[in-house]
Amino acid sequence: MSGTDWRNLAISAALLGLAALLPVYGSPYWLTMGTTMAMFVVLATSWALFSGPTHYISLATAAFFGIGTFVTGLGFQSLPFWVLPPLAAVIGAVLAALVGLVTLRLSGVYFVIFTLGLAEMVRQVVTWVQNQTGHRGMYVLTSITEREIYWMLVALGALVFLAGWLIGRSRLGFALRIIGNDETVAKHAGIDTALAKVALFMVPGAVAAATGAILAPRYIYIEPSTAFAPLLSFQVVIMALLGGTGRLWGPVAGVIPFSLLWEAITRQAPNQTLLLLGIAFLVIVYLLPGGFVGLWERFRRRFGGRT
Amino acid sequence: MSRTVLQVRNVTKRFGGLVAVNDVSFDVTEHSVMGLIGPNGSGKSTMINMISGSFAPTAGSIRLEGHELAGKPAHKVARLGVGRTFQLVRLLPELSVLDNVIAGAAFGHRRRWGAEARAHALTLIDRLGLTAVMGMPVSALTYIDTKRVELARALAGDPEVLLLDEWLAGLNPTELGTGIALIRSLRDEGRTIILVEHVMDAIRSLCDRCVVMSSGTRIAEGTPAEVLSDPEVIRAYLGDDDA
Repeated sequence: MSGTDWRNLAISAALLGLAALLPVYGSPYWLTMGTTMAMFVVLATSWALFSGPTHYISLATAAFFGIGTFVTGLGFQSLPFWVLPPLAAVIGAVLAALVGLVTLRLSGVYFVIFTLGLAEMVRQVVTWVQNQTGHRGMYVLTSITEREIYWMLVALGALVFLAGWLIGRSRLGFALRIIGNDETVAKHAGIDTALAKVALFMVPGAVAAATGAILAPRYIYIEPSTAFAPLLSFQVVIMALLGGTGRLWGPVAGVIPFSLLWEAITRQAPNQTLLLLGIAFLVIVYLLPGGFVGLWERFRRRFGGRT
Repeated sequence: MSRTVLQVRNVTKRFGGLVAVNDVSFDVTEHSVMGLIGPNGSGKSTMINMISGSFAPTAGSIRLEGHELAGKPAHKVARLGVGRTFQLVRLLPELSVLDNVIAGAAFGHRRRWGAEARAHALTLIDRLGLTAVMGMPVSALTYIDTKRVELARALAGDPEVLLLDEWLAGLNPTELGTGIALIRSLRDEGRTIILVEHVMDAIRSLCDRCVVMSSGTRIAEGTPAEVLSDPEVIRAYLGDDDA
């Protein structure tokens, strides 16, 4: 590891430590905000690991997240809680692999539509199964506190950053960047593009399912229409793009301001949240094509001299 | 007689009712430059695309040192030892010149990673005269430099056979001289090259042997001097009146 690596590691560890201390110094209000932000940091960062380099926009987050909440909903009475997030991650990864094998040969808009449809399909299937068995939703009553949920999310976030850092230095990460630039070149350079894409698509699938499993106790009552709400997928995409996917820290830079803004809007004007989503999308497309990361790099090129 | 590296046998490609390549066979020997020439639409690019695994032949066999390539996906063909450039240059626009070349080294026939891949890429960059432009974004490179980067990427995997699909097309006369000298130096290093080309000077000065295609069939094979004086080849290029 180079000197810059050690410096980045030290900064990351310090910020992580600071984040982990939030329940100690923050008010309950900030703990709730922090939990929401931690959730989006985990989801958006893992989303960007795949969609950043490949430019494949996935709207499947809600599908994996919803499955995770149902893993906890169905399993919390019979299994110890600490088993559930890893179990959800495995299920999410397997589902992502299956979906990837079918869809990653699709390109561009077809992939986007399929992933959006996936969340809806899983929701319909779960609803159908529940109707057959006479349930509507289920209660997740546990003794897990918000503070514990927050800490689990911070730990998961640390894992995601570690994985992202390792992938970024690996052949797999490099292969994905080549695929995102020109898939034909990638194939003729010797990259098994289907395998590389499926392998990396499993990461956000697993992470989103684990996140859902961790957060299920927070919702207390879960049902398909809320657990698989497509809004979540769009929020994740917009936050990740607002921050920028060119760097590992990019999505965080999008999540924090966007969550604060979202919170302010839902409090002041609860009916205008979708409007915010639309405006944010326009701003990113027209003014911030590379997100905050792109802005930062342009700034650094102009004034810093160092590239 | 030197060893045969690539063996093309009775290869046919049909696109629906159109026969793009019809029962073509030829051999490529080690350390030689084989020219694949013919008028536009004669099936040269289709042939190159079949050898490199872009698509599978409808019938026939393509063997590289005993390994069957026909029907294998492009990434497997690349790993077995076929490197290529594209008729319309394809670079990786978001990557640096160095990473463009490392892309060829990391997953190809002979795989390298980390410091080894970097050193190998830097050697090729120096070898192809790209050192001066290494810091530039690929979008700012001159046309011949983009072609050089692409060639360096193809060479980085140490391919057994290098396919150059009209690599010299579009160069100005000065660049053309440089380009021909570069390909000649690659042959002198002992590389095996298949050259699809329209530039006659290049064909005469570079190719050891040529296969001439017209309307999907092989109409001649031999040294450049032989095939270029063959009446049937002249007819294919210029029409009946000039033959």
